[in-house]
Amino acid sequence: MKSDSVILSGKGVAKIFGFGAHKTVAVDHVDFSFRAGEVISIVGESGSGKTTLAKMLLGLQTPTAGEIYFEGHLRDIRSHRQKREYWKNIQAIFQDPFSAYNIFRRIDAVLLDCIRMRGGGRLPYEQKVEMMREACRFVNLKFDELTNKYPFELSGGQQQRLMIARIFLLKPKILLADEPTSMIDACSRATILDMLMALRTEIGMTPIFITHDIGLAYYVSDSVYIMERGKFVESGSADSVILTPREAYTRRLLNDVPKLHEEWDLSTV
Amino acid sequence: MRHMLRQLLQSGRFLIGFGIFASILLTVLIYPLFINDPPLEIVSRGTFLAPGIYVNVYDSMNFSTHYTLILDDAVAQRVGARLNDEDRLAMQEWLLAAGVLEGEINIEDTAALIELWNSNFDPSVRVPGMTNADRNYYIRLTDSLEGLLATEGAIVAVPNQTTGVLEETGVINQSDYVNIGEVPNFRVLPLGTDNFGRDVLTELVSATGTSLTIGFVAGAVATAIGLLLGLVSGYVGGFVDDIIVFITNLFTVIPSFVLLILISFSIGQEQRGAFTIAVVIGLTSWVWTARAVRAQVISLRNRDHVNLSKLSGHSIAYILAMDILPYIASYVVMALILQISSGILAEAGLSILGLGPRTTEVPTLGLMMNWSMIYQAHILGKWWAYFPVILVIALISFSMNLMNTGLDRVFNPTLRG
Repeated sequence: MKSDSVILSGKGVAKIFGFGAHKTVAVDHVDFSFRAGEVISIVGESGSGKTTLAKMLLGLQTPTAGEIYFEGHLRDIRSHRQKREYWKNIQAIFQDPFSAYNIFRRIDAVLLDCIRMRGGGRLPYEQKVEMMREACRFVNLKFDELTNKYPFELSGGQQQRLMIARIFLLKPKILLADEPTSMIDACSRATILDMLMALRTEIGMTPIFITHDIGLAYYVSDSVYIMERGKFVESGSADSVILTPREAYTRRLLNDVPKLHEEWDLSTV
Repeated sequence: MRHMLRQLLQSGRFLIGFGIFASILLTVLIYPLFINDPPLEIVSRGTFLAPGIYVNVYDSMNFSTHYTLILDDAVAQRVGARLNDEDRLAMQEWLLAAGVLEGEINIEDTAALIELWNSNFDPSVRVPGMTNADRNYYIRLTDSLEGLLATEGAIVAVPNQTTGVLEETGVINQSDYVNIGEVPNFRVLPLGTDNFGRDVLTELVSATGTSLTIGFVAGAVATAIGLLLGLVSGYVGGFVDDIIVFITNLFTVIPSFVLLILISFSIGQEQRGAFTIAVVIGLTSWVWTARAVRAQVISLRNRDHVNLSKLSGHSIAYILAMDILPYIASYVVMALILQISSGILAEAGLSILGLGPRTTEVPTLGLMMNWSMIYQAHILGKWWAYFPVILVIALISFSMNLMNTGLDRVFNPTLRG
């Protein structure tokens, strides 16, 4: 799976909100390069700027400074057509499945959007249904039970699985998963992660996990970036960062992981 | 959706507001089906006829079958109608001034009073302190007393075609009655007539319809402009937003009514139809809809479902129509209702100043106010010319605001309780 080609990289990427006294530096000139096929995690506590970075990578927000390179070329997504092309390659799973869907649109419409995005808008309807059925089967949902339902009629775990079915249909090169399991109970969490990893093998994409949970990062990723106050303070392979942390911040994050058989260290909370 | 409808039907405010509004609307729609007189037809000579049933005197007199009813209080009522308590007191006053002793005057005894009056009253006598108007009043009063206590009937005479001599054709006794259903010509004027002698009720119904149309057009125009600018400004942001906010602020600081007056004035009387006025009202009142919609859109544009729609490759127009508009639809409907109600009020305000639609084609509520004001109905005490109009304007406004509050309670759960 791993290869040496860099799929997404950035130089001096920054996002600054406001001016003067009200200036907030959300992302402070970070450099990164993500290799194709790797599983990448960006770990940091709340307010460290990871979601802002994710939105910039997705092209939903424009960086204040710096350049983002996609497959070696400077990313240019100024027009709607360019954005659309870019979004065929990079997709996202959001943190809160309950607010991620338009409550006025049915599940079918959500999935049909994905087929159209892949250029399948003119396919016969039966074939579209077959594609949707396959995508739902992949995430253990039954399309025939979902059709003509609204997303909010599903449970949180089902909604997040539907989100993965979307990705299955879209087959992007990069998947940005912004806290994909934080709103879901522990049992569903492992299922969702396993499905994401299976999807990675299935369509050969590069997943980027944005998370505050360093345990999850260790469980899934090859490379880990630790983010503190808008900066990457530590990065490297998952083993080197998590087993031999150099930064105090990384150690603190590791301490915050709840453990069953040890007394919890609440001094940093 | 069904749930919201059910909640709406449980909201008392909405139901009352809707009931009032629906009955006004139904009246406007149904009334012309039964009474299809032209609303601006002049039906009376003379202005401001009081509300009532107008029976043709000629028809009721000529009618061959008169019915005799024996009613005890008929005489008392007849005398009372022509000589009321005020007149009696005025007569007493005159008689006292003319030197008649107070003990001789009994204003309760009609026959004695009239006799005393006829023997003493002299129109040429100048009583000190009496105005000319008073003098004329006494002369009119004296004339009306003539034959008041007569018991014989009135003789109807018709001049002979050839000789020109009056020939008696019949006698109308005091106890004669006609059945109003058998009189071929009578007109019910429930709200009397206005300064031009037009039937106020027919005019009012037609005016309400026109005013509602003006309100709907004005509200639709204002909401459409405000919605479009608000959506674009809020969603696109940046430079576009700056420009739109600048324009909006410009319109906010100029009082829209002043703007409305200036535009209406410069359009000129000839071009000012009801529709034009409605559009002008709409063009000057979109400001706060735009601001409110913009604020709502800004809070929505960074939601995940909008991001997801972007990632699905949808265009800005599609996102605005499918991902933003449905979320603020309830809000927009409420804004529309308020815009309609304020459009009706704005038309009334303009028309009172004489800048409303031109007066020859259609009546509007504002024009009716304008007419009754110009012809001093309020000073003359002709309440039927303006009070029903005020009542209708108030009811429309009240019912729409009530509906709005009801909707607000359903769509905005934090207000429930």
